[in-house]
Amino acid sequence: MACHLLLTDFTLPLKSPKLSHSRQQRKGRSNGSRKVSTTVAYYGLKTPPYNLDGLEPYMSKRALEVHWGVRHRGFVEDLNRQLRKSDILYGYTMDELVKTTFNNGNPLPEFNNVAEAWNHDFFWESMQPGGGDMPKLGLLGQIEKDFGSFTNFREKFVETALSLFGSGWVWLVLKRQDKRLAVVKTSNSINPIVWEGIPILNLDMWEHAYYLDYKNDKAKYVSMFMNHLVSWNAATDLLETCKLTATRICRAPYLGGFEPDICFIERYR
Amino acid sequence: MKRKKKKKNPRKPTRRMAAATSMVTSSSFTFPFQGLRLPILSYPCMKPERRIMRKDASNVITATYELKPPPYPLNALEPHMSRETLEYHWGKHHRTYVENLNKQIVGTDLEGPSLEDIIIVTYNRGDILPAFNSAAQAWNHDFFWESTRPGGGGKPSGDLLDLIKRDFGSFERFTEEFQSAAATQFGSGYAWLAYKANRLGVENAVNPWSSDNDKKLVIVKSPNAVNPLVWDYFPLLTIDVWEHAYYLDFQNRRAEYISMFMEKLVSWEAVNARLEKAKAEAAEREMEEERRKKEEEEWKPTDGDDDDEGLEMYVDSDDDSEAE
Repeated sequence: MACHLLLTDFTLPLKSPKLSHSRQQRKGRSNGSRKVSTTVAYYGLKTPPYNLDGLEPYMSKRALEVHWGVRHRGFVEDLNRQLRKSDILYGYTMDELVKTTFNNGNPLPEFNNVAEAWNHDFFWESMQPGGGDMPKLGLLGQIEKDFGSFTNFREKFVETALSLFGSGWVWLVLKRQDKRLAVVKTSNSINPIVWEGIPILNLDMWEHAYYLDYKNDKAKYVSMFMNHLVSWNAATDLLETCKLTATRICRAPYLGGFEPDICFIERYR
Repeated sequence: MKRKKKKKNPRKPTRRMAAATSMVTSSSFTFPFQGLRLPILSYPCMKPERRIMRKDASNVITATYELKPPPYPLNALEPHMSRETLEYHWGKHHRTYVENLNKQIVGTDLEGPSLEDIIIVTYNRGDILPAFNSAAQAWNHDFFWESTRPGGGGKPSGDLLDLIKRDFGSFERFTEEFQSAAATQFGSGYAWLAYKANRLGVENAVNPWSSDNDKKLVIVKSPNAVNPLVWDYFPLLTIDVWEHAYYLDFQNRRAEYISMFMEKLVSWEAVNARLEKAKAEAAEREMEEERRKKEEEEWKPTDGDDDDEGLEMYVDSDDDSEAE
């Protein structure tokens, strides 16, 4: 997800946000000048790393057209509309925005939009044409270590997905404190990065994700995902990157601390 | 599919009842509930509509719920709500909720109570017990089908319209607010029009005398399977905004589905009937409360005395000669 900065004509006095990270280009701020041309941030809708028909026949082009083209796009546009009115939330990375607007469980109005934008980005990248099968090497080793076997993991993942009531997501996460993989389910738009989790994979279990292709047959959808869509390549890349010494460290204000050997993965370039 | 109803013995409902003659009644609330003392339930609840069918086979009596069909054929809401949607929504989703409910209550304490009681008990003040989702969803979907009819929509009339105008300003304002609630229920859930007749949501609170002004129409939205019975409201109308309710016909366009529902499907007749029943129940509940308060007044012990007058008399007539 690309975060662009748009230079606007009007000048506004700046409030310096308490949680600001001035990572992006911001001109004229460091000298404490109060009246500068303002930049506002907005997010762009990132396309999935395959054509919209690339996941056929397991996820139809039509499903992608509605799910990505209308729904995901809608979240990004609604988010941008909200950000236009807020200079406090200026300049955040998506991860930071998700965590900040989660507000320790009392979410701000922007939360649903930014979290769903994040979740959907991650979802498209959790899948690939010709996916499925099994992970290899390090990730397989980690799964076997943390679940006993790949079969156990798969069972756990499927069972968690099917036991989710209402709308939500299922995740394979790396738990920072425990330093182990786990399967978690979240409601609505909640994302494990608001706790200590580093997402490795997710699966959208909102009905809109599967209704057009599978109607009420959740079990078949989850099974097709595991057999044909899940991108173990993407998952492996993520996990391996997590284990490298961090090149950049995100410090989220409300978390107790941070561990320099595990970094948050930026979901946009 | 036939729906069988059984007349309930208000004093001692038990799970083991002989298969009785069934009574078909209209689909709405009856009278305030009296008699069943469920351990968790400590506030008055409405007498529920009985949907239990007792089967008598090989001397084994079980309680099961049946999937009741909508009050119209599955294609009757075309072109607004497709037959395909009804086939899945009612034929698969609703059916599964009923089947799961039966599986979850068989052999438990939940076999005896009515569906409404099961919902309230398993809601458990928010810390929901396993059967809640199935029970509430079975109830919600019955309620939803009956909130709609072919050729529905339009405007209500009579008392209902008056109340709407009183509590929302105008019918248009009501429609706006209802649609907005339905549109902003994030994730799965429902929007409701309900009749709120309770003063305070807190049990054991000392309730002042309620006046008619305390009784009003409210719009509420609820997540997942929650419904206003758990808040002791009387539901009058609902719209299902789980995605399975509209995705085949409208895909992501929830707002369109909601306005279609208001314009073409709402059965104001059903809403009206429910309102009348709700008012009657609320009135009876009030009378019951008044009666209870009066009884408490009458039986209040006098200060300082442990004994009542009878005993004192007995003590006075100790003297045998006078007793003669």
